[in-house]
Amino acid sequence: MSLTRREVEAIAHLARLQITEMELPVYVASLSKILDWVDQLAAVDTSAVTPMAHPLSGEVQRLRADQVTESDHHSRYQANAPQVVAGLYSVPKVIE
Amino acid sequence: MSAQDHWEVVIGLEIHAQLATRAKIFSGSATAFGAECNTQADLVDLGYPGTLPVLNREALRMAVKFGLAIGAQVAARSVFARKNYFYPDLPKGYQISQYEQPVVEHGTLDILLEDGSRKTIGITRAHLEEDAGKSLHDILPGATGIDLNRAGTPLLEIVSEPDLRSAREAVAYMKTVHSLVRYLEICDGNMQEGSFRCDANVSVRRRGEHRFGTRCEIKNVNSFRFVEKAINFEVTRQIDVLEGGGHIVQETRLYDANRDQTRPMRTKEEANDYRYFPDPDLLPVTVTPEFIAEVRATLPELPHQKAERFVKSYGLSAYDAGVLTATREFADYYEATVAALAATGDHSVAKLCANWLMGDVAAFLNRDGIEIAAAPVTAAALAGLLTRIRDETISGKLAKEVFEAMWAERASADAIIDARGLRQISDTGAIERAIDEVMAASPKQLADYRAGKDKLFGYFVGQVMKSTGGKANPAAVNALLKRKLAGP
Amino acid sequence: MTLHTLSVAELSAGLAARRYSSLELTEHFLGRIAAANPKLNAFITITAEEARAAARAADAERARGAGTALTGVPIAHKDIFCTDGIKTSCGSRMLDNFVAPYDATIVARLRAAGVVMLGKTNMDEFAMGSSNETSWYGPVRNPWDLDRVPGGSSGGSAAAVAARLAPAATGTDTGGSIRQPAALTGITGIKPTYGRVSRFGMVAFASSLDQAGVLAGSAEDCALLLRTMAGFDPRDSTSVDRPVPDYPAELGQPMRGLRIGLVKEFLGDGLDPGTAALIEAGIAVYRKLGAELVEVSCPALPLSVPTYYVVAPAECSSNLSRYDGVRFGYRCQNPRDLLDLYQRSRGEGFGAEVKRRIMTGTYVLSAGYYDAYYLKAQKVRSLINQDFERAFARADLLVCPTAPTPAFKLGDKLDDPITMYLNDIFTIGANLAGLPGLSVPCGFLGGLPVGLQLIGPHFAESRLLAAGHAYQRETDWHRRVPDAYR
Repeated sequence: MSLTRREVEAIAHLARLQITEMELPVYVASLSKILDWVDQLAAVDTSAVTPMAHPLSGEVQRLRADQVTESDHHSRYQANAPQVVAGLYSVPKVIE
Repeated sequence: MSAQDHWEVVIGLEIHAQLATRAKIFSGSATAFGAECNTQADLVDLGYPGTLPVLNREALRMAVKFGLAIGAQVAARSVFARKNYFYPDLPKGYQISQYEQPVVEHGTLDILLEDGSRKTIGITRAHLEEDAGKSLHDILPGATGIDLNRAGTPLLEIVSEPDLRSAREAVAYMKTVHSLVRYLEICDGNMQEGSFRCDANVSVRRRGEHRFGTRCEIKNVNSFRFVEKAINFEVTRQIDVLEGGGHIVQETRLYDANRDQTRPMRTKEEANDYRYFPDPDLLPVTVTPEFIAEVRATLPELPHQKAERFVKSYGLSAYDAGVLTATREFADYYEATVAALAATGDHSVAKLCANWLMGDVAAFLNRDGIEIAAAPVTAAALAGLLTRIRDETISGKLAKEVFEAMWAERASADAIIDARGLRQISDTGAIERAIDEVMAASPKQLADYRAGKDKLFGYFVGQVMKSTGGKANPAAVNALLKRKLAGP
Repeated sequence: MTLHTLSVAELSAGLAARRYSSLELTEHFLGRIAAANPKLNAFITITAEEARAAARAADAERARGAGTALTGVPIAHKDIFCTDGIKTSCGSRMLDNFVAPYDATIVARLRAAGVVMLGKTNMDEFAMGSSNETSWYGPVRNPWDLDRVPGGSSGGSAAAVAARLAPAATGTDTGGSIRQPAALTGITGIKPTYGRVSRFGMVAFASSLDQAGVLAGSAEDCALLLRTMAGFDPRDSTSVDRPVPDYPAELGQPMRGLRIGLVKEFLGDGLDPGTAALIEAGIAVYRKLGAELVEVSCPALPLSVPTYYVVAPAECSSNLSRYDGVRFGYRCQNPRDLLDLYQRSRGEGFGAEVKRRIMTGTYVLSAGYYDAYYLKAQKVRSLINQDFERAFARADLLVCPTAPTPAFKLGDKLDDPITMYLNDIFTIGANLAGLPGLSVPCGFLGGLPVGLQLIGPHFAESRLLAAGHAYQRETDWHRRVPDAYR
């Protein structure tokens, strides 16, 4: 599966990754190669199986009790944040 | 013929109801509204590296309860999926939601239309998901502030079939769902606090056309009134565009209440490829028949069941029953009032209570902006007032004055009546004396009346009521006045 | 002092007998780390002060007559496990400034058992790699030959154990990242069954494949650590509630009558003759011990690498979306707007391999491609799983090589991602099926270690470790130490 520049730019945008002009052809080449290589899966006959999302067949989601178990540690957590103003995580202004 | 007659409106509503659990859907943080920003967001809510989600049993129970109440299929096996997109109030860069295998599917809900008829609205699905945090655009200069307290709160997304054909129907449906989730005690329905949010998908098509027109989604319209206005604006807009030869662009729009118009949203504009896939951190959710039976046993009498019972037991009209059962609290108040009057099976008493509740009580609740639970006049107190009307201690008209005083002073009917000396005069002797005085004071009117001017009867009634300070028993006044005016 | 040549089991006994203190041991290893790390680059963070404090506490515990088998034993943690108050970088610029505010469950369990943490080991960035060359902190070198890679992604943990800078280390294995570096550095490594060990606090790469495990000098040592690490964790929905066997106590299971499956697709003509000979010799040991050898065929197994390179990138593309410069981690300077904040923080914070996998994953999940790629790969995964199920109907354990070649030179395979990916050809299948796998050293080729891999059915860690232990009683490959690190 050969990808075009446009396609790689679109994927990079969906993934919010900045790719420079110089890097772009490198990624186009390597991604095309990888997708080309995984394309071999298309030829495999999978008509008799269902997708396996999990190695744990037969296990089901555990439910937890509806109880408040966490308390406020925001000062500790916000010490890790790049920018906190008035207790809020700050990002460049978003216009809706 | 208006433009509307050529066009059919097609509306589907997506309602997000915040489930009233104590803790969040995938973490143990509190869900209580109004906490200081970012004090109810733990490491899981913040999407910290290495953290993992575990499902809250109560959120699942509430979803199943809703499914049973709308006669839907409850999936024995449902799956959580990741909805991937970037937004600063979505900490993990994906929302845990349900996609191909939701917990509830294919239910229905009946709505009551203005003409009294019922319409069945299909509910395609209801699924569980986590709420995002809040983006505050106007607090920090040049920046947007993110509060993640709300991130991870459980939501039930309820999606209707595109069965609604007018803004009015949409509002009726929204109110019906609102009432139901409160009846079920799975959501407090507080739209100001964002517990109950509505998106409307609106399109139009020429009458007779089978295919759906291009639709626009109006996001986050959070009052019944605004939903109606927003839809009406959007319908007009779409019709105008189409009649002008243009075509509708599929987009997401916001309702601007100040200008009463919808406009396109800017950031979510680009077609978002959400890349849904089953969340590998969560396993398939199993709902056993035992679990369903357990939940079914907790179902209260549903609004439509209660309304039907009110029609049968209290002899009320479908419309009155509908109004009285709009909320569980209102219905309970009504029944408590009727019960306190100890007049089982007496439909006139039931009707009296209904009138008072739908009339004076509702008016005062509206005036003061409170809910029935906060009413200063309890059901027992109201019953006390109605008793005094029935035993003719006071007239119906005076009762309104008494009610207002009861509301303001939180006092009983008797206390007010005694304090203000409002007991009705039913003593015929006293009434006759009052009539005699009035007749003596109004010879001309008397002569005119006896000459045939029947309309003057009202004048005499008024005079008698005036001279008795409004306390004379109206029925007695009427009877005695008729006899005396007729002549010796 | 040859304290560093002792196994965890021996150190445990030595500490119990008060032959030496934990503080002595800790200082010894810290000294070795200080001397060796500049060349090997096995550690990103050395927690010397914390280690000393923990050692003193462990000594006090032992003095009281309390403590567990692991009390006072120094180990290293792969820098993918959150450690409370300690930098946790995942080998990435994105988390270079990240101090974890909590302990991963396995870290807490080992801490509670009295283990002493020496430091956090280097790794391929976000666990993506097979050579430990993608780390922001530079490559790790193989103690057997400094110009060669130690394998990855748990390269730092492997090099640390191989050079005897720590008697054991934790690692993670998503496509072979414990087993392959163990093979390339001549040590023992175990990837448990999916769900056996908690993933809470283990930074996610591919959620349905990741598992935490152990790298150490022997199967016995792995057993000692795994016993403490394993077990149900209510904070991990994919953690299985199943009792943990006393692995060390069960190491003595006899090999007689054990059916060992020879995986036809992995032991055929394509295998390098040098490696094939060593594997043959390894198999012969089991034959000698009375095991029954059966040939099994897993025809879908050769598809495991392309399958993995659809599923793992898909899951990682989503798991890594949380790194956005908002709540923690790297943020670019002076972002112009929100889009710029995201694009540059992530563009600058992530390395090339990570970005490549995120983009691959984004593509295979995207509209129009989901069915053909992601869903298809999950179906092939079912086929591979079925192959293993059929094999385990006839065999109790499977045997094959761990890696296709011994350690290659740094820089050798960086040009072509697929060549690098194929390093995991023998290990990935077990991850896709969630099976436990163990690699034990089985010889040398040109002076470089080679590993033998055993794969078991779900929750057969006990049998796996016993088989590794039996092999290590008959051989001494696992006792070899590179000259420079004796």
